Amino acid sequence: MGGYRTRTYRIQRAVALVVLALGCLRGTAAADDALARLRAAGELRWGADAQGGAPYVFQDPMDPTHLIGFEVELADAVARGLGVRARPVPGQWESLLELLTRGDFDVALNGIEVAPEKERVCRLSHPYYAAAERLTVRADDGGAPRGLDDVRGRPVGTLPGSLAERILGRSGALVRTYEGGQNEIYADLALGRTDAVLLDAPITRYYAEIDPRLRVLDGSFGEVRYAIATRREDEALTAALNDVLDRLARDGTLRRIYERWGLWNPETAALLGDPAPASGQVAEAFAAWRAAVGALPPFSVRLREWYPRSQALFARAALMTLALALAAMAVAVTLGAVLALARVYGPKPVAWAATGYIEFMRGTPLLVQLVMLYFGLPELGITLDPFVAGALALGLNYAAAEAENYRAGLESVHVGQLEAAWCLRLSTWQALRWVIGPQAVRVAIPPVTNDFIALLKDSSLVSLVTLTELTKTYVTLANATRDHLGLGLVVAAWYLAIGLPFARLARWAELRLGRHLRPA
Amino acid sequence: MLRVVELEHAFARAAAPTFRHVSFEAGPGTLVTISGASGAGKTTLLRCLAGLEPFQRGTVDVGDVRVEADGDAAAHTRLRGHVGLVFQTLELFPHLSALENCVLAPMRVRGARRAEAEAAARDLLATLGLADKCAAYPAHLSGGQRQRVAIARALAMAPRVLLYDEPTSALDPSLRDEVLDALQRVRATGVAQVVVTHDPTFASAAVERRYLLAAGTLRALADAER
Repeated sequence: MGGYRTRTYRIQRAVALVVLALGCLRGTAAADDALARLRAAGELRWGADAQGGAPYVFQDPMDPTHLIGFEVELADAVARGLGVRARPVPGQWESLLELLTRGDFDVALNGIEVAPEKERVCRLSHPYYAAAERLTVRADDGGAPRGLDDVRGRPVGTLPGSLAERILGRSGALVRTYEGGQNEIYADLALGRTDAVLLDAPITRYYAEIDPRLRVLDGSFGEVRYAIATRREDEALTAALNDVLDRLARDGTLRRIYERWGLWNPETAALLGDPAPASGQVAEAFAAWRAAVGALPPFSVRLREWYPRSQALFARAALMTLALALAAMAVAVTLGAVLALARVYGPKPVAWAATGYIEFMRGTPLLVQLVMLYFGLPELGITLDPFVAGALALGLNYAAAEAENYRAGLESVHVGQLEAAWCLRLSTWQALRWVIGPQAVRVAIPPVTNDFIALLKDSSLVSLVTLTELTKTYVTLANATRDHLGLGLVVAAWYLAIGLPFARLARWAELRLGRHLRPA
Repeated sequence: MLRVVELEHAFARAAAPTFRHVSFEAGPGTLVTISGASGAGKTTLLRCLAGLEPFQRGTVDVGDVRVEADGDAAAHTRLRGHVGLVFQTLELFPHLSALENCVLAPMRVRGARRAEAEAAARDLLATLGLADKCAAYPAHLSGGQRQRVAIARALAMAPRVLLYDEPTSALDPSLRDEVLDALQRVRATGVAQVVVTHDPTFASAAVERRYLLAAGTLRALADAER
């Protein structure tokens, strides 16, 4: 299903470019046996992006602390088949294959589409699912397209990087790809901003068929297959996965899972060699999801019943956001102070080096720096823990901004203050500590506060390196429950709950340091 | 106490000297004024004496410390230990109260305990008529009061020589007497004082010796020339 999930297309492109560049540098990784390793550890770490939404891997709308989806059940079955337990590891969907190569998990199992370009960077198992590409139009649109022949020159929505996008491109449609979730793609169709949507059957089933304003056309407009990805060198693991998948197909486990989720279809029946394409089972998981989110309950009900259940999840995410921001700020403040002093008081070569660092770090995107740190450093034998990489990338980047804030503060203090301190026999360091520093800090507090709050928000980028913080939690939950507006207010409240006390504290410190400026 | 011999200064090697052949003395408890037109080099001369500005020829002696021409930073730092400077712009530390301005250096440089530093500073401020202004920030004081806090701050480090750059230029005539009075009280402590000024008020003040810095050199003024 290609880009069944996307954060933003821009991020995806930036990551792809950097990853491509790093890929050119990459040598052959040490080929130890992943299968033996995961058996020894007793767990199969499988990478997935819960932001993808139903029915793949998503949070249970009735109990958001719980991860559900047909791929969750598939991963559990596969792990059991290997004699281990399954542990999901979150990762940005666009980066799953890079995280896999880096070793953050053993397999990527999350709607990885079988395509030649994927097999160049990883090894793919036998396909475990096949589905049609389905075309959806507006129910009341008399001139709606009736097939791919009718989409030429017309706006059609889909997810970026998917098979559907390539099919639409070949058909001459004006392809609109979306940065948000599946919900928005169909919302735009219902509002008339696009004339059709082409997406994989599971997404169509969960997001289009439940909307009475939309009509899904009969027939298939292409076929997509999903497989489990492993590292290129993990041949034994792939063989073991294939054995397990074949067994699960033969004993009917796969069919039972797909039927529960209402996903059993002729394409998958043919793929798995099952003679009965029609499903006789009740799709209970689909029914439960539909009952939960098919019609969004009124805001007051969500406020009373839904949101309290998700607060534990948000609280954990808020702790991650806060911990990241504080760790990053500690790095930024310390390094920023050194850089500012070097730039203002250091000898020329030192000042130039500080200026060079500042210009480089603030002149290049944080995202690129984070990707280089996380995916690039392993090339040099340095593999950072996700939290360390996230905090370090944010800290190193914001140190440049902090340095400039402090420089502004330092240079706002008249040079005569330093000379006056010298004349009292204070050393330059003592003058900085007792005379210039306190005056500079007061001037720097408002921009530093600004930066801390910006950092708090920029910490959302670390979802790229498998950390789950506030924004990631919001987008994931919103997709699982189709509630973007209400949950948006909830996550906004969490951000403000962290940021506002800090802003108040900063204002208090500023007033305290500025006592001498107020009337007596 | 302060002995200046054949001082010569130029801002760059090739530049014309700011002044040359500058020689004068100031003994303990004496008050010396140096007048001159704007741009004559009065402030530069003070900065040379305070160890803020290197000079190209001559010597400066304060007690047993001698700084020679093109002296190194260490020599200038030694000089600063014995010479106090009251800047024309005062450069009081705005974020500190009058008392804190006066105890910062004794505590951080000499390692004095806060209690004793504060007691000494209170005495100094009281001597200069500021007993009730210890807790005030500089921005909350009048011009004359600020001038006296700056004097107290310099005196707190017990210099042998105290230099003043235009101490009355920014003050109302009524406030100038406050400062003149302060200078007379400092005189009683035995500190040698050098005042750079073009304020005629000093013409009538009790002063041991008057000099004029003009045309790049310093000469003593006869009483008739006041």
